[in-house]
Amino acid sequence: MFTKQSFSKTLLFAALAPVFLSGCNWVVMSPSGDIAAQQANLIVWATILMLIIVVPVIALTFWFAWRYRASNKKATYSPDWDHSTHLELVIWAAPLAIIIALGAMTWVSTHQLDPYRPLSRIDEGKPVPADMEPLVVEVVAMDWKWLFFYPEYDIASVNELAAPLDRPIQFKITSTTMMNSFFIPALAGQIYAMGGMETKLHAVINEVGVYDGFSANYSGAGFNGMRFKFHGLQDEDFDEWIARVKAQGENLTRPVYKELEKPSQNEPVRYYRSVMPGLYDKILNRCVDPGTLCMKDMMGGHQHAGHQPAKAEHHDAH
Amino acid sequence: MSESFDLGKLIFGRLTLESFPFHDPIIVATFIMVALGGSALLVAVTRAGLWGYLWREWFTSIDHKRIGVMYMILGIVMLLRGFADAIMMRLHQAMAFGDSMGYLPPDHYDQIFTAHGVIMIFFVAMPFVVGLMNYMVPLQIGARDVAFPFLNNFSFWMTASGAILVMLSLFVGEFAKSGWLAYPPLTGILQSPGVGVDYYIWALQIAGVGTLLSGVNFVVTIIKMRAPGMTLMKMPVFVWTSLCTNILIVAAFPVLTAVLAMLSLDRYLDMNFFTNDLGGNAMMYVNLIWIWGHPEVYILILPVFGVFSEIVATYSGKRLFGYSSMVYATVVITILSYLVWLHHFFTMGSGATVNSFFGITTMIISIPTGAKVFNWLFTMYRGRIRFDVPMLWTVGFMVTFVIGGMTGVLLAVPPADFVLHNSLFLIAHFHNVIIGGVVFGVFAAITYWYPKVTGYKIDEFWGKLTFWFWLLGFYLAFMPLYVLGLMGVTRRMSQFDDPSLQIWFQIALVGAILIGIGIFCFLMQFYVSYRKRDQLRDETGDPWDGRTLEWSTTSPPPQYNFAFTPRVYDNDAWWQMKANGYQHPKEGFLPIHMPKNTAAGIVIAGISTVLGFALIWHMWLIAGLSFVGLIGAIIAHSFNYKRDYYIPAEEVATVELQRREVIA
Amino acid sequence: MSQSVAVNSNLDFVVRDHHAPNGTLLGFWLYLMSDCLVFAALFATYGVLSQSYAGGPTGAELFDLPLVALNTAFLLFSSITYGFAMLQMQQGKKHGTMIWLGITGLFGAAFLAVELYEFYHLIHIGAGPQRSAFLSSFFALVGTHGLHVMIGLIWLVTLLFQLSKHGLIQENRRRLFCLSMFWHFLDVIWIGVFTFVYLMGSMT
Repeated sequence: MFTKQSFSKTLLFAALAPVFLSGCNWVVMSPSGDIAAQQANLIVWATILMLIIVVPVIALTFWFAWRYRASNKKATYSPDWDHSTHLELVIWAAPLAIIIALGAMTWVSTHQLDPYRPLSRIDEGKPVPADMEPLVVEVVAMDWKWLFFYPEYDIASVNELAAPLDRPIQFKITSTTMMNSFFIPALAGQIYAMGGMETKLHAVINEVGVYDGFSANYSGAGFNGMRFKFHGLQDEDFDEWIARVKAQGENLTRPVYKELEKPSQNEPVRYYRSVMPGLYDKILNRCVDPGTLCMKDMMGGHQHAGHQPAKAEHHDAH
Repeated sequence: MSESFDLGKLIFGRLTLESFPFHDPIIVATFIMVALGGSALLVAVTRAGLWGYLWREWFTSIDHKRIGVMYMILGIVMLLRGFADAIMMRLHQAMAFGDSMGYLPPDHYDQIFTAHGVIMIFFVAMPFVVGLMNYMVPLQIGARDVAFPFLNNFSFWMTASGAILVMLSLFVGEFAKSGWLAYPPLTGILQSPGVGVDYYIWALQIAGVGTLLSGVNFVVTIIKMRAPGMTLMKMPVFVWTSLCTNILIVAAFPVLTAVLAMLSLDRYLDMNFFTNDLGGNAMMYVNLIWIWGHPEVYILILPVFGVFSEIVATYSGKRLFGYSSMVYATVVITILSYLVWLHHFFTMGSGATVNSFFGITTMIISIPTGAKVFNWLFTMYRGRIRFDVPMLWTVGFMVTFVIGGMTGVLLAVPPADFVLHNSLFLIAHFHNVIIGGVVFGVFAAITYWYPKVTGYKIDEFWGKLTFWFWLLGFYLAFMPLYVLGLMGVTRRMSQFDDPSLQIWFQIALVGAILIGIGIFCFLMQFYVSYRKRDQLRDETGDPWDGRTLEWSTTSPPPQYNFAFTPRVYDNDAWWQMKANGYQHPKEGFLPIHMPKNTAAGIVIAGISTVLGFALIWHMWLIAGLSFVGLIGAIIAHSFNYKRDYYIPAEEVATVELQRREVIA
Repeated sequence: MSQSVAVNSNLDFVVRDHHAPNGTLLGFWLYLMSDCLVFAALFATYGVLSQSYAGGPTGAELFDLPLVALNTAFLLFSSITYGFAMLQMQQGKKHGTMIWLGITGLFGAAFLAVELYEFYHLIHIGAGPQRSAFLSSFFALVGTHGLHVMIGLIWLVTLLFQLSKHGLIQENRRRLFCLSMFWHFLDVIWIGVFTFVYLMGSMT
């Protein structure tokens, strides 16, 4: 999958040679998921496009500074020359041309890589098989840990996430209180996790590995420890992981959840073999406590309930 | 019994002995140092018998030049504080790997990165650019003062008052642990019950009043008080960029005021604007604060663009290339700066169409900005460039800023932003444009205009040293952060696991130390230049062969700036006057109408500081009294009708003839 | 721009006074525009949160339109009476100015009294600003306007004293102009509040 990228990447690294000392893991530039790979590719091409104008500007700066230094009496000196229509045209047109190209690229890629858009391919040249349903993972950012629900398997885990290779994943993301940002650099770009609201992210992992995931948005005292490992697994290893969660976990009942909800830092990995029905939905609608009115039932005032919850309002239609 | 308890609460609010951070040795040590340094300063001033002089000639002065200098001093003092925060963070992050937790408790670290951002933007960069405009705009347009001299003094003291509150938070209580824009729900009363966020709110609200009024003041000054003949298209570029900046201030700061007011209603009166429950919506806050926040970026950078335009033309000995396209570019940037705020949170989940709209508007800003860079470039072309220190800063700026601009445009591509947002790449980007742009520009301006302000130039050796340490230090400190960003390292982290990252943080620390040396050289240059002032003296008032009107008066300018107002025929008014062999009138002096100094500004701002402090600590009795006092002081000031006086014609004549004699 | 201009020495300098004509009015107008943006932010917030009842009462249930209409009338009349005060000022009649200014102040005070009663009533029936985001934004918007009227009143009373002391001197005329702009500005804002908050709120 990296053949097409490698050329452009070499170009970029050549351009960045002074800072590129190699040997390090530039995860953003060499990720393991198709979405992140396309994003990396975009960074490379956008940079190259801009270097077309940036490099000459820097070169000209040095050149003019040297050539027209006061001590160089040979250089032409025209103190009243301050206008040239042709030059002005070039000055405005050159950046404009670059921005038109970049703008087109932005428009297309923003729509193509929209995190809300279900995947159409799992890798370069590999469309999603018609019968393949995405793996749904419901993500809750808590103070200060991550809770992952797998509705398909009725299990949940804290601070550990796993997914099978080459199967699209659909993340539905919310938060209990703080605004966090759900980010696995090797997999795909980040998206905010906000209380009472749901954001979405579609992604796929293409290589086996253990990757870092974390909150990328500062959320208070325990933010630093809001890290988890994301496992990209072969199908059979993934099944094994599910089985392990089922075997080792406890039941995620309301009291267990209430205990988990208390702010805590640097939480260890936890597994839950079964989950209280509708727990994620209740967290999203802020009505885990019995007797509290769910947000989706309170919108629109007390005489006419039944509006969509906040999750709908914040994303325009696709 | 219970009555006396309530009285204590009423007076002291939630301030108790525990509010003082005795437990933190770093703060205690800082406090002792500040206390010793502060008392030494106080003793020195008292011994020298300077209080009366300072009070009469500076604190109560409504002379735009004095106020400009006070803004610059405020900026320098706060720069030291902001840099202390920066180097503490750099040192901490370079240490905190694996088992090491660094030397700062997380709680303290979180306050430091918040304070660093708040101080650098509001109390360093803002006073610097406002100070420059204060000193230079009236001189460049041939005016004797600003439109509202008293308001100008008041604005300064309100800004200083905000700075005082932020400084107080270091020793009394705590500062916000929220990041510099204080996003709720983290800053809501449930999640941040302490005084930190309240310090943040009131410091910014009080300083914001000052900034807003100074914005109004300068728009009116520039529109109404230009010398005869100076049409809009004959204004120096610095005046143009100042005009746009102040329009931005007037049009952006009210939004900050409103959004912080709503946050305080949430915190003080349990309202639900930005809470998670009862219908609150934190996304409103993020949108509103960036509707202020993005124009704010241009409020800082535009005046600096103006500075570079002046400098590059002066030292190239050449007219500025493409004056009118420079002006149009400035105006376009001003307008567009309102249409891009959403690029600060593409990751909030707006749809692809909204994101690409804001991404593309952001990129469009780089077109006029690029045109500006080319204009500076072609001003150098076929010039006779003298590489005095201001010109070094300019070349350093052009190269550095272009890189920062490029990474900025990259961040404006939403899918790229998804992987770079909130990472150290972003941190590197905005330091790249703020240090490489604003700081370089302000330092260039200080060196450039220093002889105008003091009558002697800055020592060249120390000036160059300052430049090279800053330039090198900047690249070493921030290029590693670009790399770390591409490695997926996020901002505001207080501890790291991966040991392979450490080397980059160590390089960045070295860079920060070099910048620290640069700051030392920056201060040294003032001291050395003062010692060598007789050698560096400039008698002409025009040491660089300048082009604009500030160089037409003597240095330092007399209180009234110009005895006779210059008539303007050209956008390089002074250059053209020199070229045509101008003659200064030697007679016909008239009495000059001047505004009188007043203590009202410092008094009202002082009461505001007390009010702010009382509100932060819930000292309701003091808050109530100082609020009434505030209204009373404003009303009392409005009963003062005798606000001006005349400098007699003979005095003007004596001063002018003496000064001009020196030149001739 | 680079045309050469023939100049001789006595054309280089002129004598002029420090003061900018009408600078204060322009400055005050700029201030009003910035104030307008504070209201714009509050209106925008209200727009976003106006359906966030959180299970609490809606605008249609709470707003007492006849009362608000009365209040609107108070404020509109006060603008007219301020206009009369300005007419008197232009004719140089100090007492007439002060009398009309006083009447304006009375209308303003009546407006504030009714508004305070409305707030008191809402809080009393459990529809205070803490109840829901809708009510928070309602109280903030209407309350900020009320606060401005309050400041206008304090200013107006101050000006009455200054008028009686110094008469219609230049400074006082300028202040009367500024307060006039302020007062009419508040009227305009109120029309927005009345339309968007009360009328439209009562219809939904």
